[in-house]
Amino acid sequence: MTAHSSSLSSRSRARLRVERRLEQPRWLRILTPFILISAALLIGAVLLRLVGADPWLVYTKMAQIAFGSAHGWSDTTIKATPLILAGLGVSIAFRMRLWNIGAEGQLFIGAWFATGFALFWLPRDTPQAILLLVMAIGGFVGGALWAFIPGVLKAKLNINEIITSLMLTYVAIFWNNYWIYGPWSERGFGLTPQFPRSAWLPRFTDFSSDFPALRGMTAHAGIFLAIALALILWFVWRRTKWGYEVKVIGDNPRAGRYAGMNLSRKIIGVMLLSGGLAGLAGMAEVSGVVHRLQERFSPGYGFTAIIIAWLAKLNPLAIVPVAYLFGGLLVGSDAIQPAGIAKMLQGVVLFVVVGGELLLQYRIKLERGASS
Amino acid sequence: MRIQKWSAAGLLLIVALLFAACVAPQPGVQPAAPQAEAPAPAAGGVQIPEPVADKFNVAFVYVGPIGDGGWTYAHNEGRLYLEEALGDTVHTAYLESVPEGADAERVIRNLARAGFNAIFTTSFGFMDPTEAVAEEFPDVYFVHVSGFKRNDANFSNLFGAMENMKYLAGMIAGARAQADGGERVGYIAPFPIPEVIRHLNATTMGMRQTCPNCTMDVRWIFTWFDPDKERQAAESLLEAGADVVITGADTTGPVQVAGEQGKWGIGYDSRNACEVDTEHCLTVPYWEWGPEYVRLVESMIDGTFVGEDIYFDVDSGSLGLLGFMEGQTPAPGVPAEVIPLVEDLLAKMLSGEVNRFSIFTGPINDNKGNEIVPAGVSLTQSDLEGLQGIPGREDCTICMNWLVEGIVPDAEIPQ
Repeated sequence: MTAHSSSLSSRSRARLRVERRLEQPRWLRILTPFILISAALLIGAVLLRLVGADPWLVYTKMAQIAFGSAHGWSDTTIKATPLILAGLGVSIAFRMRLWNIGAEGQLFIGAWFATGFALFWLPRDTPQAILLLVMAIGGFVGGALWAFIPGVLKAKLNINEIITSLMLTYVAIFWNNYWIYGPWSERGFGLTPQFPRSAWLPRFTDFSSDFPALRGMTAHAGIFLAIALALILWFVWRRTKWGYEVKVIGDNPRAGRYAGMNLSRKIIGVMLLSGGLAGLAGMAEVSGVVHRLQERFSPGYGFTAIIIAWLAKLNPLAIVPVAYLFGGLLVGSDAIQPAGIAKMLQGVVLFVVVGGELLLQYRIKLERGASS
Repeated sequence: MRIQKWSAAGLLLIVALLFAACVAPQPGVQPAAPQAEAPAPAAGGVQIPEPVADKFNVAFVYVGPIGDGGWTYAHNEGRLYLEEALGDTVHTAYLESVPEGADAERVIRNLARAGFNAIFTTSFGFMDPTEAVAEEFPDVYFVHVSGFKRNDANFSNLFGAMENMKYLAGMIAGARAQADGGERVGYIAPFPIPEVIRHLNATTMGMRQTCPNCTMDVRWIFTWFDPDKERQAAESLLEAGADVVITGADTTGPVQVAGEQGKWGIGYDSRNACEVDTEHCLTVPYWEWGPEYVRLVESMIDGTFVGEDIYFDVDSGSLGLLGFMEGQTPAPGVPAEVIPLVEDLLAKMLSGEVNRFSIFTGPINDNKGNEIVPAGVSLTQSDLEGLQGIPGREDCTICMNWLVEGIVPDAEIPQ
């Protein structure tokens, strides 16, 4: 523990000691995301002030765009959907302390498989329900496959999964680029042709002929899948043997092995599920929103998902609201010009949230009369 | 404890990645110097596009930053021109660096919902999103630049016959290569699409007018805006022996590279594209969007706007060739003997006597020696745009998917 502490001597003989908290109190755990996001907004406000803007105006405008209307909620839901799915995926691996940070790559491969089924590998007249189901399964399998590689390397050869899963992300992006500029390209642009309507996840706006209020709301059915999976995962952690074992191994691999659990099979299984959910996020994005595969269709959902899972303390039910918060940040910051300001705000929030999370694991203690 | 250290390390890695992923590539171009006569864009501060009461509110959606010194810069100049021309009756706002695809649709829809009266979207990739939103908001006017979709009511597409100016630029490049004793000119082509192929072919035909022995080398870069790729393509063309590099992409990097090597460059898009190296920059075929913007917005205000395919030619005053328009003088690198030729042809274009169809009149062969356009035949608008299967438009018969004679014989259109 002492390796982690540092001390600051003050003018008196009292000392400020910074030390790691053995256990975070419950109130702090719950408040953490709120403290961090407030701190981020505060720092962002200072920066906005420096460039001559009125931070209050900017923030209220952002909140209004993201959450101030039904359409705003729809837009935010679109962003939250892949974030929830990928966030859940990441959280499964993290529960076992497997650091799968390659969700972005798994998302791309999932999208690639879904695109293959939507455009090329199935007959054109495949009914919508079957096509969507096959695309979803394909997306899941694709993501799982991509996570299987670091999983098996970790399980069999103990190769660090942080490095492998991350590096495979770049492979996945280049793989996608090859297909969208090459065999699947539409007229040489970095995109495939548009999916047939039967490969689109139903959107709210598709029902606007019956319910005119839904017109222009492009949020899609993927959100129901995402929330359902969050509930299922919550149940898995609380009630199933498998969930319990994963947690035990995560907390103490040796204990797990003594208890007769097959460690390498668990590692591979967890990675498959983790990657599969990220792959599903990719499928939902191309099928529900983009309607084609294209370059940079994900603005880093797989990476943001890591922050979301972490902030939500890996709790599946908490991932949903946290993902909505980040979705709102993405949607709200779009309207801020010049575009660099919005990117800066997003950067500040992510940085403060990540950095602050680590800081909150420590506490500051005042000691009278230096001992050491 | 070891695991926790790893988690910290992992998270730091992630932060680094996120910054790499989130921060848009910064253009490595010279910041665009605002034109002296145009009002400077709001300095500093942060802008949130919102309509203003009692004005006609026009929003612009840009694909790049307004400081790109090229495509988006030229559109923003057009916006400022519009504000200047219509004064207090209009209010304009813009959103820059909007990614093409699903985000664009949301951005456009939000502008329509916010109450803007007209929305101009200025990149090919905004076509489908603009169409979708135009259908939802019949009371808002939409103009999409560089595409081919429209409806009959509130949605037009807009583009212009830049091939004329490219032809003239080709003449200048050919004359320059001839004067230097060279035989090679290079062209940076963004995408293998009809628009780019048309410009490349017109440039090559112009070059052949002044330098019958010259050949045109091509590099396909598959991007409109990538400062690094554009520079690399220029370097590659120069290495292959080009005396003049002509760019069809958005930044001024290629002109800079050519100048650094003591060779010549020809820019594109905006009238300030030569400012990076006035000594080695020969000319720029540029867009003058302002007059068209004013004409369209006036028709919206007085209610005469209808959805149509707008394709303006040089006589509209919306196309320019740097150094040759009123009040300009040719760059020092332009060979004296070509100046009267260019001036003469430009005058005919400005009067409407010569237009895009005259340029693409046969006999025209491709770079493999096959006859493409028979003598006396002119390409149609659909041929020029390579249109096929577009509702309401004629299909092309001699579609723009061939490379003209004069382009190096082994060049192909990438599939």
